[in-house]
Amino acid sequence: MVDGLTDDRLRRIPRHPAGWTGVGMVMLVVMMAVFAPWLSPHDPQRQDLTLRLKPPAWIEGGSGAHLLGTDGLGRDVLSRVIHGSRISLLVSFSAAGLSGVIGVSLGLVAGYFGGAVDGLLSRLGDVQQAIPVLVLAIAAVAMLGPGLLNLLLVLSVTTWINYFRVVRGQVLAVREELYVWAARSLGCSSLRILFRHILPNVSASIIVVGTLLIANMIIFEASLSFLGLGGAVDIPTWGRIVSDGREYISTAWWISFFPGLAISFTVMGINLLGDWLREIGDPRTSVQRFVVGR
Amino acid sequence: MARYILYRMAHGLVVLVGVSVVVFLLMHLSGDPAAVLLPLDTPPEDVAIFRREMGLDRPLPVQYAHFLSRAVRGNFGYSYHYRTDALFIVLQRLPATLKLAGAALLFSLFFSLPAGFVAATLKDTWWDLLIRSFVLVGQAVPGFWLALVLIMLLAVRWQWFPVSGSQGWQSLVLPAITAGSFSMATVTYILRSSLLEVMAKEYILTAHSKGVGPWAVLTRHALKNAAIPVMAVIGVQIGWLLGGSVVAEVIFAYPGMGRLAVNSIGYRDLPVLQAFVAVMAVLVVLLNLGLDVLYAWLDPRIRLYG
Repeated sequence: MVDGLTDDRLRRIPRHPAGWTGVGMVMLVVMMAVFAPWLSPHDPQRQDLTLRLKPPAWIEGGSGAHLLGTDGLGRDVLSRVIHGSRISLLVSFSAAGLSGVIGVSLGLVAGYFGGAVDGLLSRLGDVQQAIPVLVLAIAAVAMLGPGLLNLLLVLSVTTWINYFRVVRGQVLAVREELYVWAARSLGCSSLRILFRHILPNVSASIIVVGTLLIANMIIFEASLSFLGLGGAVDIPTWGRIVSDGREYISTAWWISFFPGLAISFTVMGINLLGDWLREIGDPRTSVQRFVVGR
Repeated sequence: MARYILYRMAHGLVVLVGVSVVVFLLMHLSGDPAAVLLPLDTPPEDVAIFRREMGLDRPLPVQYAHFLSRAVRGNFGYSYHYRTDALFIVLQRLPATLKLAGAALLFSLFFSLPAGFVAATLKDTWWDLLIRSFVLVGQAVPGFWLALVLIMLLAVRWQWFPVSGSQGWQSLVLPAITAGSFSMATVTYILRSSLLEVMAKEYILTAHSKGVGPWAVLTRHALKNAAIPVMAVIGVQIGWLLGGSVVAEVIFAYPGMGRLAVNSIGYRDLPVLQAFVAVMAVLVVLLNLGLDVLYAWLDPRIRLYG
């Protein structure tokens, strides 16, 4: 049961070139991550110092064996970019999910019960918003130490507010609806009302916030990896590959260029998809997308 | 109006108290601060002495009270690495960061306001399509990568701007683009959609029908009303500009607070990191307070009922 999906809007779904482009782009990246071991021509970690800094195939000196060239240690850039998608997607999807669990539950509670609980949680949200995500994440990862799990925790705890605000607002609007009163007068528990009656009605917004947040997560993860605060050193991630290529930027631009292109491509696809989902949910709101701040 | 501003100030104060709790807890994030802060081979006796000296053996609320009473006086302790007052080192680099974030905001508004305006007034033309494509790209490109591409083209190949440092306005251009590109795209998008929304309102139709020229309708009736969501977004963007400036500072070796903080990670220089987070939060709160006042001036409804 998705909120506000009328027949008219369902009929409009097939004709949305930008949305379908987004779906295609996201599918492509997901496939790339899933089938990485079969798609990549080389082992992303294999070093071969005789093949250092080979340019991409179409530039003089490049070869078909290394389509996008090699890095400073002779590793194949294409294979590394393909494998890098795994961590990027894994971290961003799970962080957006975990952040959603926190933000949605707190939003439901705050919106439904109101009063002191709402006041406290909303102030907590204000505090969260006063500290830029990247700033808090840098300080937190510095204390916890780098690592995939720590990265995941830090990213979820710093972004739950995006769900919280939207869900709280929607619950406030929905909780006085007739069907909620009906459920209450039938003796349903608050928990049942929240999860069986209210949650399905705010799910469309949750999906939209989540989708757009995944795009931001990809950039956060990449930024932290780039700053050396990502996961383990031996796993290639897009942010780390860009960072590896930094010292060669004036001579071997391809090392940093292609992983960055992959990040932009993925984020663009997710944004197109998210915009489309939002439009299906509610064609009037165009501003809401930027509720998800970085 | 005065009541509204007082209310917003009180709210800002509450937020800052919350921020102080977060900054305090940063220290305890790893479970045992002593284990993080001391070298691995420290003898247990020394660890015990360290705990007593730092007050780590006392209950958390007592530690927090102690921390807060020192923090409000600007005392975040001594930097382990720089051997001087932590807040002092951070504040020393504050002007540089403000200059960068300000330049990024200027850059962002300089392009986004005209672009959003053109896209809205020439909706569904090639201009609109072009600008919307830029928005899409601008929001997807990560700052650190854009920075490297800019260095590759503008600093290395064409040598228009320096690769790093902070000499003169030229050294500010590339970092400002890096930190401001996302905001530029976002503000363009918001201004476009908010202008389009306002232009569909009935009072615009009224203005048209009573014979007001199209330009006057746009500038006098539509723009001021369209400005409110744009300002709300700029408020959210302040945090992102400051966060984005961290990345720009690191890449361009720009001597600001962000680079200081990232360098402090390696030294586990907790007092500097705490002072950094606190200063950033105070900045965000103050800037948002300023925006709140500006809002109230733009929109009388907020002044009266906000």
